[in-house]
Amino acid sequence: MHLDNVSHDHFAGTLPAGPRRGFRIGIGGPVGGGKTALVAALCAQLRDELSVVVVTNDIYTEEDADFLRRHAVLPDDRIRAVRTGCCPHTAIRDDITANLAAVEELIEAHDPELVLVESGGDNLTATFSYGLIDAQIFVVDVAGGDKVPRKGGPGVIRSDLLVINKVDLAPLVGADLEVMRADAERVRDGRPTLFTSLRERPDVPDVVRWVRERRAVLVG
Amino acid sequence: MGWGGSVVRLAGLLLLADSRLPAGGHGHSGGVEALVDRGLLTSTDDLALFLDARLRTAGLVAASFAAAASLIAAPVSGIGRQGDQYHSRGWARWDAALDARTPSAALREASRAQGAALLRTSGRAWPAYPPLRELAALGRPHQPLVFGAAAAAAGADPEQAAALALHHLAGGAASAAVRLLGLDPLGAAAVQASLAPLADRVAAQASEAAALAVAAADPDLLPSAATPLPEILAELHHTSEVTLFAS
Repeated sequence: MHLDNVSHDHFAGTLPAGPRRGFRIGIGGPVGGGKTALVAALCAQLRDELSVVVVTNDIYTEEDADFLRRHAVLPDDRIRAVRTGCCPHTAIRDDITANLAAVEELIEAHDPELVLVESGGDNLTATFSYGLIDAQIFVVDVAGGDKVPRKGGPGVIRSDLLVINKVDLAPLVGADLEVMRADAERVRDGRPTLFTSLRERPDVPDVVRWVRERRAVLVG
Repeated sequence: MGWGGSVVRLAGLLLLADSRLPAGGHGHSGGVEALVDRGLLTSTDDLALFLDARLRTAGLVAASFAAAASLIAAPVSGIGRQGDQYHSRGWARWDAALDARTPSAALREASRAQGAALLRTSGRAWPAYPPLRELAALGRPHQPLVFGAAAAAAGADPEQAAALALHHLAGGAASAAVRLLGLDPLGAAAVQASLAPLADRVAAQASEAAALAVAAADPDLLPSAATPLPEILAELHHTSEVTLFAS
Protein backbone atom coordinates (compact mmCIF):
# COMPACT_ATOMS: atom_id res chain seq x y z
CA MET A 1 0.00 0.00 0.00
CA HIS A 2 1.26 3.45 -0.88
CA LEU A 3 2.32 5.96 1.74
CA ASP A 4 2.38 9.05 -0.42
CA ASN A 5 0.27 11.00 2.06
CA VAL A 6 2.84 10.81 4.83
CA SER A 7 4.52 14.04 3.82
CA HIS A 8 1.31 15.80 4.91
CA ASP A 9 1.36 14.03 8.24
CA HIS A 10 2.13 16.52 10.98
CA PHE A 11 3.70 13.78 13.08
CA ALA A 12 6.19 12.68 10.46
CA GLY A 13 9.76 13.42 11.45
CA THR A 14 8.84 14.97 14.78
CA LEU A 15 9.99 12.03 16.87
CA PRO A 16 13.54 11.75 18.16
CA ALA A 17 15.73 9.89 15.69
CA GLY A 18 17.48 6.67 16.59
CA PRO A 19 16.86 2.97 16.31
CA ARG A 20 15.45 2.43 19.81
CA ARG A 21 12.80 5.06 20.38
CA GLY A 22 9.66 2.99 20.96
CA PHE A 23 7.43 3.66 17.95
CA ARG A 24 3.91 3.48 19.41
CA ILE A 25 1.01 2.07 17.41
CA GLY A 26 -2.56 2.07 18.72
CA ILE A 27 -4.81 -0.73 17.48
CA GLY A 28 -8.52 -0.04 17.92
CA GLY A 29 -11.90 -1.02 16.55
CA PRO A 30 -15.18 -2.70 17.42
CA VAL A 31 -15.48 -5.95 19.38
CA GLY A 32 -14.60 -9.09 17.47
CA GLY A 33 -12.94 -7.48 14.46
CA GLY A 34 -9.57 -9.12 15.05
CA LYS A 35 -7.55 -6.60 17.09
CA THR A 36 -5.96 -9.19 19.36
CA ALA A 37 -5.29 -11.54 16.45
CA LEU A 38 -3.60 -8.67 14.59
CA VAL A 39 -1.49 -7.80 17.63
CA ALA A 40 -0.46 -11.45 17.94
CA ALA A 41 0.38 -11.56 14.24
CA LEU A 42 2.48 -8.39 14.38
CA CYS A 43 4.35 -9.71 17.42
CA ALA A 44 5.05 -13.02 15.70
CA GLN A 45 6.24 -11.35 12.51
CA LEU A 46 8.29 -8.52 14.00
CA ARG A 47 9.70 -9.83 17.31
CA ASP A 48 12.85 -11.17 15.66
CA GLU A 49 13.78 -7.85 14.06
CA LEU A 50 12.42 -5.40 16.67
CA SER A 51 12.13 -5.28 20.44
CA VAL A 52 8.32 -5.39 20.89
CA VAL A 53 6.06 -4.77 23.92
CA VAL A 54 2.25 -4.77 24.19
CA VAL A 55 -0.30 -2.95 26.37
CA THR A 56 -3.84 -4.36 26.31
CA ASN A 57 -6.99 -2.54 27.44
CA ASP A 58 -9.46 -5.28 28.16
CA ILE A 59 -13.04 -4.48 28.96
CA TYR A 60 -13.15 -7.38 31.37
CA THR A 61 -10.27 -9.22 33.01
CA GLU A 62 -6.94 -9.79 31.35
CA GLU A 63 -8.47 -11.91 28.58
CA ASP A 64 -6.53 -10.34 25.71
CA ALA A 65 -3.28 -10.22 27.64
CA ASP A 66 -3.82 -13.88 28.60
CA PHE A 67 -4.47 -14.78 24.94
CA LEU A 68 -1.16 -13.22 23.97
CA ARG A 69 0.66 -14.94 26.83
CA ARG A 70 -0.97 -18.29 26.07
CA HIS A 71 0.07 -18.11 22.45
CA ALA A 72 3.53 -17.14 23.62
CA VAL A 73 3.90 -14.39 21.04
CA LEU A 74 6.02 -12.49 23.55
CA PRO A 75 7.53 -13.20 26.96
CA ASP A 76 5.00 -12.47 29.75
CA ASP A 77 6.94 -9.50 31.09
CA ARG A 78 6.54 -7.68 27.76
CA ILE A 79 2.73 -7.60 28.07
CA ARG A 80 0.76 -5.28 30.37
CA ALA A 81 -3.02 -5.10 30.88
CA VAL A 82 -4.78 -1.84 31.80
CA ARG A 83 -8.26 -1.89 33.34
CA THR A 84 -10.61 0.69 31.90
CA GLY A 85 -13.65 0.86 34.21
CA CYS A 86 -16.37 0.26 31.58
CA CYS A 87 -14.92 3.01 29.38
CA PRO A 88 -12.36 1.66 26.90
CA HIS A 89 -12.57 4.80 24.77
CA THR A 90 -11.82 7.01 27.81
CA ALA A 91 -8.63 5.08 28.52
CA ILE A 92 -7.23 5.58 25.02
CA ARG A 93 -8.50 9.09 24.31
CA ASP A 94 -9.79 11.32 27.13
CA ASP A 95 -7.72 10.06 30.04
CA ILE A 96 -4.63 8.30 28.76
CA THR A 97 -2.73 8.45 32.06
CA ALA A 98 -3.06 4.74 32.96
CA ASN A 99 -1.93 3.71 29.49
CA LEU A 100 0.96 6.19 29.54
CA ALA A 101 2.09 4.72 32.86
CA ALA A 102 1.94 1.18 31.44
CA VAL A 103 3.86 2.20 28.30
CA GLU A 104 6.51 3.99 30.34
CA GLU A 105 6.96 1.01 32.67
CA LEU A 106 7.53 -1.24 29.65
CA ILE A 107 9.94 1.29 28.12
CA GLU A 108 11.81 1.46 31.41
CA ALA A 109 12.08 -2.32 31.59
CA HIS A 110 12.69 -3.21 27.93
CA ASP A 111 13.69 -0.11 25.95
CA PRO A 112 11.47 -1.35 23.09
CA GLU A 113 11.55 -0.32 19.44
CA LEU A 114 7.84 -1.04 18.89
CA VAL A 115 5.02 -0.48 21.39
CA LEU A 116 1.60 -1.89 20.47
CA VAL A 117 -1.33 -0.49 22.47
CA GLU A 118 -4.50 -2.53 21.92
CA SER A 119 -7.78 -0.82 22.72
CA GLY A 120 -10.68 -2.63 24.33
CA GLY A 121 -13.39 -3.39 21.80
CA ASP A 122 -15.59 -0.33 21.49
CA ASN A 123 -17.53 1.38 18.72
CA LEU A 124 -16.83 3.25 15.50
CA THR A 125 -16.20 6.54 17.32
CA ALA A 126 -13.39 5.26 19.57
CA THR A 127 -9.99 6.53 18.49
CA PHE A 128 -6.65 6.99 20.19
CA SER A 129 -5.28 10.30 21.39
CA TYR A 130 -1.97 11.17 19.71
CA GLY A 131 -0.72 11.96 23.21
CA LEU A 132 -0.54 8.20 23.69
CA ILE A 133 0.48 6.82 20.29
CA ASP A 134 2.33 7.86 17.13
CA ALA A 135 0.04 6.12 14.65
CA GLN A 136 -3.17 4.11 14.83
CA ILE A 137 -4.67 1.15 13.04
CA PHE A 138 -8.45 0.78 13.07
CA VAL A 139 -9.66 -2.79 12.58
CA VAL A 140 -13.16 -3.64 11.34
CA ASP A 141 -14.43 -6.82 9.74
CA VAL A 142 -16.64 -7.59 6.77
CA ALA A 143 -19.12 -9.48 8.98
CA GLY A 144 -20.07 -6.15 10.58
CA GLY A 145 -21.66 -5.24 7.23
CA ASP A 146 -20.28 -3.63 4.09
CA LYS A 147 -21.87 -0.30 5.05
CA VAL A 148 -19.30 0.32 7.81
CA PRO A 149 -16.82 2.32 5.66
CA ARG A 150 -19.67 4.41 4.20
CA LYS A 151 -20.98 5.23 7.68
CA GLY A 152 -17.54 6.53 8.54
CA GLY A 153 -16.83 7.73 12.07
CA PRO A 154 -13.47 8.92 13.38
CA GLY A 155 -11.88 5.45 13.40
CA VAL A 156 -12.75 4.64 9.81
CA ILE A 157 -12.06 8.13 8.50
CA ARG A 158 -8.99 9.35 10.38
CA SER A 159 -7.02 6.26 11.40
CA ASP A 160 -3.57 6.10 9.85
CA LEU A 161 -4.37 2.61 8.55
CA LEU A 162 -7.80 1.03 8.14
CA VAL A 163 -7.73 -2.77 8.21
CA ILE A 164 -10.82 -4.58 6.92
CA ASN A 165 -10.47 -8.11 8.24
CA LYS A 166 -12.17 -11.47 7.61
CA VAL A 167 -12.45 -11.01 3.85
CA ASP A 168 -12.78 -14.81 3.67
CA LEU A 169 -16.25 -14.38 5.19
CA ALA A 170 -17.43 -11.85 2.59
CA PRO A 171 -19.35 -14.35 0.39
CA LEU A 172 -20.97 -15.91 3.47
CA VAL A 173 -22.30 -12.64 4.90
CA GLY A 174 -23.13 -11.02 1.57
CA ALA A 175 -20.55 -8.26 1.94
CA ASP A 176 -19.38 -6.54 -1.25
CA LEU A 177 -15.65 -5.85 -0.87
CA GLU A 178 -15.62 -3.49 -3.85
CA VAL A 179 -18.27 -1.33 -2.18
CA MET A 180 -16.17 -1.29 1.00
CA ARG A 181 -13.01 -0.43 -0.93
CA ALA A 182 -14.69 2.43 -2.82
CA ASP A 183 -16.40 3.83 0.29
CA ALA A 184 -13.18 3.66 2.34
CA GLU A 185 -11.25 5.42 -0.41
CA ARG A 186 -13.90 8.13 -0.61
CA VAL A 187 -13.97 8.94 3.12
CA ARG A 188 -10.28 8.46 3.96
CA ASP A 189 -8.71 11.24 1.93
CA GLY A 190 -5.79 9.18 0.67
CA ARG A 191 -5.00 7.33 3.90
CA PRO A 192 -4.39 3.63 3.25
CA THR A 193 -6.86 0.75 3.65
CA LEU A 194 -5.82 -2.91 3.69
CA PHE A 195 -7.99 -6.02 3.31
CA THR A 196 -6.90 -8.99 5.39
CA SER A 197 -7.89 -12.47 6.41
CA LEU A 198 -5.99 -13.21 9.58
CA ARG A 199 -7.37 -16.74 9.41
CA GLU A 200 -6.03 -17.44 5.93
CA ARG A 201 -2.92 -15.25 6.08
CA PRO A 202 -1.88 -15.06 9.75
CA ASP A 203 1.41 -13.43 8.70
CA VAL A 204 -0.50 -10.32 7.41
CA PRO A 205 2.34 -9.26 5.07
CA ASP A 206 0.71 -5.98 3.96
CA VAL A 207 0.17 -4.75 7.52
CA VAL A 208 3.68 -5.79 8.55
CA ARG A 209 5.07 -3.85 5.59
CA TRP A 210 2.99 -0.79 6.57
CA VAL A 211 4.38 -0.93 10.13
CA ARG A 212 7.97 -1.18 8.87
CA GLU A 213 7.52 1.70 6.42
CA ARG A 214 5.67 3.86 8.89
CA ARG A 215 8.30 3.33 11.52
CA ALA A 216 11.06 4.17 9.04
CA VAL A 217 9.31 7.46 8.21
CA LEU A 218 8.84 8.46 11.84
CA VAL A 219 12.18 7.32 13.20
CA GLY A 220 14.12 8.64 10.22
CA MET B 1 -13.66 42.30 44.37
CA GLY B 2 -10.61 43.35 42.48
CA TRP B 3 -7.55 41.99 40.76
CA GLY B 4 -5.39 41.96 43.89
CA GLY B 5 -4.13 39.07 45.95
CA SER B 6 -7.38 38.70 47.87
CA VAL B 7 -9.43 37.61 44.87
CA VAL B 8 -10.86 34.09 45.14
CA ARG B 9 -8.97 31.85 42.72
CA LEU B 10 -11.52 29.34 41.55
CA ALA B 11 -10.93 28.36 37.92
CA GLY B 12 -7.89 26.20 38.64
CA LEU B 13 -9.69 24.43 41.49
CA LEU B 14 -12.67 23.73 39.24
CA LEU B 15 -10.32 22.22 36.67
CA LEU B 16 -8.99 19.86 39.34
CA ALA B 17 -12.53 18.98 40.44
CA ASP B 18 -13.65 18.15 36.91
CA SER B 19 -13.93 14.42 36.26
CA ARG B 20 -12.92 15.18 32.65
CA LEU B 21 -9.44 16.10 33.87
CA PRO B 22 -7.23 13.18 32.81
CA ALA B 23 -6.12 11.80 36.15
CA GLY B 24 -6.85 8.09 35.99
CA GLY B 25 -10.04 8.18 38.06
CA HIS B 26 -12.31 6.51 35.53
CA GLY B 27 -10.52 3.19 36.00
CA HIS B 28 -11.25 3.07 39.74
CA SER B 29 -14.59 2.53 41.48
CA GLY B 30 -13.62 3.55 45.01
CA GLY B 31 -14.58 0.11 46.32
CA VAL B 32 -18.00 0.05 44.66
CA GLU B 33 -17.33 -2.78 42.20
CA ALA B 34 -16.27 -5.16 44.97
CA LEU B 35 -19.53 -4.41 46.82
CA VAL B 36 -21.67 -4.69 43.69
CA ASP B 37 -20.11 -8.04 42.79
CA ARG B 38 -21.17 -9.41 46.18
CA GLY B 39 -24.66 -7.95 46.14
CA LEU B 40 -23.78 -5.57 48.97
CA LEU B 41 -24.57 -2.41 47.03
CA THR B 42 -27.63 -2.54 44.78
CA SER B 43 -29.37 0.85 44.88
CA THR B 44 -28.92 4.59 45.22
CA ASP B 45 -29.91 4.21 48.89
CA ASP B 46 -27.03 1.77 49.37
CA LEU B 47 -24.74 4.20 47.59
CA ALA B 48 -25.79 6.97 49.98
CA LEU B 49 -25.10 4.79 53.04
CA PHE B 50 -21.75 3.67 51.67
CA LEU B 51 -20.63 7.20 50.89
CA ASP B 52 -21.84 8.48 54.25
CA ALA B 53 -19.52 6.00 55.94
CA ARG B 54 -16.62 6.53 53.57
CA LEU B 55 -16.66 10.32 53.77
CA ARG B 56 -16.38 10.15 57.58
CA THR B 57 -13.52 7.63 57.54
CA ALA B 58 -11.34 7.15 54.46
CA GLY B 59 -12.62 10.50 53.22
CA LEU B 60 -11.53 12.29 56.39
CA VAL B 61 -8.06 10.74 56.15
CA ALA B 62 -7.63 11.60 52.46
CA ALA B 63 -9.00 15.10 52.99
CA SER B 64 -6.69 15.72 55.95
CA PHE B 65 -3.63 14.70 53.95
CA ALA B 66 -4.78 16.82 51.00
CA ALA B 67 -5.23 19.83 53.28
CA ALA B 68 -1.84 19.23 54.90
CA ALA B 69 -0.18 18.89 51.51
CA SER B 70 -1.75 22.15 50.34
CA LEU B 71 -0.30 23.90 53.40
CA ILE B 72 3.12 22.35 52.83
CA ALA B 73 2.99 23.29 49.14
CA ALA B 74 1.66 26.82 49.64
CA PRO B 75 3.88 29.78 48.70
CA VAL B 76 5.32 31.65 51.65
CA SER B 77 3.67 34.88 50.56
CA GLY B 78 0.34 33.13 50.19
CA ILE B 79 -0.05 34.39 46.64
CA GLY B 80 2.21 32.36 44.37
CA ARG B 81 4.08 34.82 42.19
CA GLN B 82 7.04 34.03 40.04
CA GLY B 83 10.18 33.82 42.13
CA ASP B 84 8.17 33.12 45.27
CA GLN B 85 9.57 31.02 48.10
CA TYR B 86 8.18 27.66 49.24
CA HIS B 87 8.63 25.74 52.47
CA SER B 88 7.73 22.53 50.68
CA ARG B 89 9.92 19.68 51.93
CA GLY B 90 9.80 16.42 53.81
CA TRP B 91 7.16 14.86 51.57
CA ALA B 92 8.40 11.33 52.25
CA ARG B 93 7.27 11.41 55.91
CA TRP B 94 3.74 12.45 54.95
CA ASP B 95 3.65 9.84 52.22
CA ALA B 96 4.76 7.15 54.67
CA ALA B 97 2.11 8.24 57.17
CA LEU B 98 -0.55 7.66 54.52
CA ASP B 99 0.92 4.22 53.82
CA ALA B 100 0.52 3.43 57.51
CA ARG B 101 -3.16 4.42 57.36
CA THR B 102 -3.86 2.21 54.32
CA PRO B 103 -3.48 -1.43 55.44
CA SER B 104 -4.63 -2.86 52.07
CA ALA B 105 -1.75 -3.16 49.62
CA ALA B 106 -4.25 -3.02 46.75
CA LEU B 107 -5.57 0.32 47.98
CA ARG B 108 -2.06 1.69 48.50
CA GLU B 109 -1.35 0.79 44.87
CA ALA B 110 -4.63 2.36 43.70
CA SER B 111 -3.78 5.56 45.57
CA ARG B 112 -0.25 5.69 44.15
CA ALA B 113 -1.41 4.92 40.60
CA GLN B 114 -3.93 7.76 40.73
CA GLY B 115 -1.46 10.04 42.50
CA ALA B 116 1.07 9.48 39.73
CA ALA B 117 -1.60 10.14 37.09
CA LEU B 118 -2.73 13.38 38.70
CA LEU B 119 0.88 14.46 39.20
CA ARG B 120 1.58 13.83 35.52
CA THR B 121 -1.35 16.03 34.52
CA SER B 122 -0.92 18.78 37.13
CA GLY B 123 2.82 18.88 36.41
CA ARG B 124 1.95 19.76 32.83
CA ALA B 125 -0.74 22.21 33.94
CA TRP B 126 1.52 24.07 36.41
CA PRO B 127 5.04 23.23 35.15
CA ALA B 128 6.75 25.99 37.11
CA TYR B 129 5.30 25.12 40.52
CA PRO B 130 8.25 23.86 42.63
CA PRO B 131 6.29 21.76 45.18
CA LEU B 132 4.85 19.60 42.38
CA ARG B 133 8.37 18.91 41.14
CA GLU B 134 9.54 18.06 44.67
CA LEU B 135 6.60 15.70 45.08
CA ALA B 136 7.53 14.05 41.78
CA ALA B 137 10.88 13.16 43.31
CA LEU B 138 8.99 10.61 45.44
CA GLY B 139 8.19 8.69 42.26
CA ARG B 140 4.57 7.72 42.75
CA PRO B 141 3.19 9.72 45.69
CA HIS B 142 -0.18 9.02 47.26
CA GLN B 143 -3.14 10.69 45.61
CA PRO B 144 -4.20 12.94 48.54
CA LEU B 145 -0.75 14.55 48.64
CA VAL B 146 -1.00 15.35 44.94
CA PHE B 147 -4.52 16.70 45.40
CA GLY B 148 -3.12 19.08 48.01
CA ALA B 149 -0.06 20.19 46.08
CA ALA B 150 -2.06 20.65 42.86
CA ALA B 151 -4.73 22.57 44.76
CA ALA B 152 -2.01 24.87 46.12
CA ALA B 153 -0.69 25.36 42.60
CA ALA B 154 -4.22 26.28 41.54
CA GLY B 155 -4.39 28.82 44.34
CA ALA B 156 -6.87 26.91 46.50
CA ASP B 157 -6.86 26.99 50.29
CA PRO B 158 -6.51 23.89 52.53
CA GLU B 159 -10.22 23.47 53.11
CA GLN B 160 -10.80 23.55 49.35
CA ALA B 161 -8.03 20.98 48.90
CA ALA B 162 -9.82 18.76 51.44
CA ALA B 163 -13.12 19.29 49.63
CA LEU B 164 -11.43 18.30 46.38
CA ALA B 165 -10.33 14.94 47.80
CA LEU B 166 -13.83 14.28 49.16
CA HIS B 167 -15.44 15.31 45.88
CA HIS B 168 -13.44 12.74 43.94
CA LEU B 169 -14.05 10.02 46.52
CA ALA B 170 -17.81 10.51 46.22
CA GLY B 171 -17.88 11.25 42.49
CA GLY B 172 -15.75 8.28 41.52
CA ALA B 173 -17.91 5.87 43.53
CA ALA B 174 -21.17 7.37 42.26
CA SER B 175 -20.04 7.24 38.63
CA ALA B 176 -18.90 3.62 39.00
CA ALA B 177 -22.24 2.65 40.57
CA VAL B 178 -24.08 4.15 37.60
CA ARG B 179 -21.90 2.27 35.14
CA LEU B 180 -22.00 -1.07 36.99
CA LEU B 181 -25.65 -1.19 38.07
CA GLY B 182 -27.37 1.07 35.57
CA LEU B 183 -28.47 3.28 38.46
CA ASP B 184 -30.34 6.44 37.59
CA PRO B 185 -27.53 9.00 37.13
CA LEU B 186 -29.86 11.78 38.30
CA GLY B 187 -30.45 9.79 41.47
CA ALA B 188 -26.70 9.37 41.96
CA ALA B 189 -26.23 13.13 41.57
CA ALA B 190 -28.95 13.67 44.15
CA VAL B 191 -27.12 11.37 46.55
CA GLN B 192 -23.96 13.44 46.16
CA ALA B 193 -25.92 16.65 46.72
CA SER B 194 -27.54 15.24 49.85
CA LEU B 195 -24.10 14.39 51.22
CA ALA B 196 -22.61 17.80 50.39
CA PRO B 197 -23.23 19.27 53.89
CA LEU B 198 -21.46 16.26 55.43
CA ALA B 199 -18.60 16.61 52.96
CA ASP B 200 -18.27 20.29 53.88
CA ARG B 201 -18.14 19.47 57.60
CA VAL B 202 -15.53 16.76 57.00
CA ALA B 203 -13.48 19.21 54.90
CA ALA B 204 -13.53 21.74 57.74
CA GLN B 205 -12.50 19.05 60.24
CA ALA B 206 -9.72 17.88 57.91
CA SER B 207 -8.48 21.43 57.45
CA GLU B 208 -8.27 21.97 61.23
CA ALA B 209 -6.41 18.70 61.74
CA ALA B 210 -4.02 19.58 58.93
CA ALA B 211 -3.24 23.00 60.41
CA LEU B 212 -2.24 21.39 63.72
CA ALA B 213 -0.21 18.61 62.13
CA VAL B 214 1.67 20.91 59.74
CA ALA B 215 2.37 23.44 62.53
CA ALA B 216 3.88 20.59 64.57
CA ALA B 217 5.53 19.10 61.46
CA ASP B 218 4.07 15.80 62.60
CA PRO B 219 2.01 13.70 60.16
CA ASP B 220 1.11 11.30 62.96
CA LEU B 221 -1.30 13.93 64.29
CA LEU B 222 -3.56 13.51 61.24
CA PRO B 223 -6.72 11.38 61.54
CA SER B 224 -6.53 7.63 60.98
CA ALA B 225 -10.18 6.57 60.67
CA ALA B 226 -10.93 3.50 58.54
CA THR B 227 -13.77 1.44 57.10
CA PRO B 228 -12.47 -2.14 57.39
CA LEU B 229 -14.84 -3.93 54.99
CA PRO B 230 -13.81 -1.97 51.87
CA GLU B 231 -10.16 -2.54 52.82
CA ILE B 232 -10.74 -6.31 52.97
CA LEU B 233 -12.84 -6.36 49.81
CA ALA B 234 -10.17 -4.36 48.00
CA GLU B 235 -7.77 -7.24 48.54
CA LEU B 236 -10.31 -9.76 47.23
CA HIS B 237 -11.13 -7.50 44.29
CA HIS B 238 -7.46 -7.23 43.39
CA THR B 239 -7.24 -10.99 42.90
CA SER B 240 -10.65 -11.41 41.20
CA GLU B 241 -10.55 -12.70 37.67
CA VAL B 242 -13.37 -10.61 36.24
CA THR B 243 -13.24 -6.93 37.13
CA LEU B 244 -13.89 -3.77 35.19
CA PHE B 245 -12.19 -1.38 37.60
CA ALA B 246 -8.65 -1.49 38.93
CA SER B 247 -10.00 -0.88 42.45
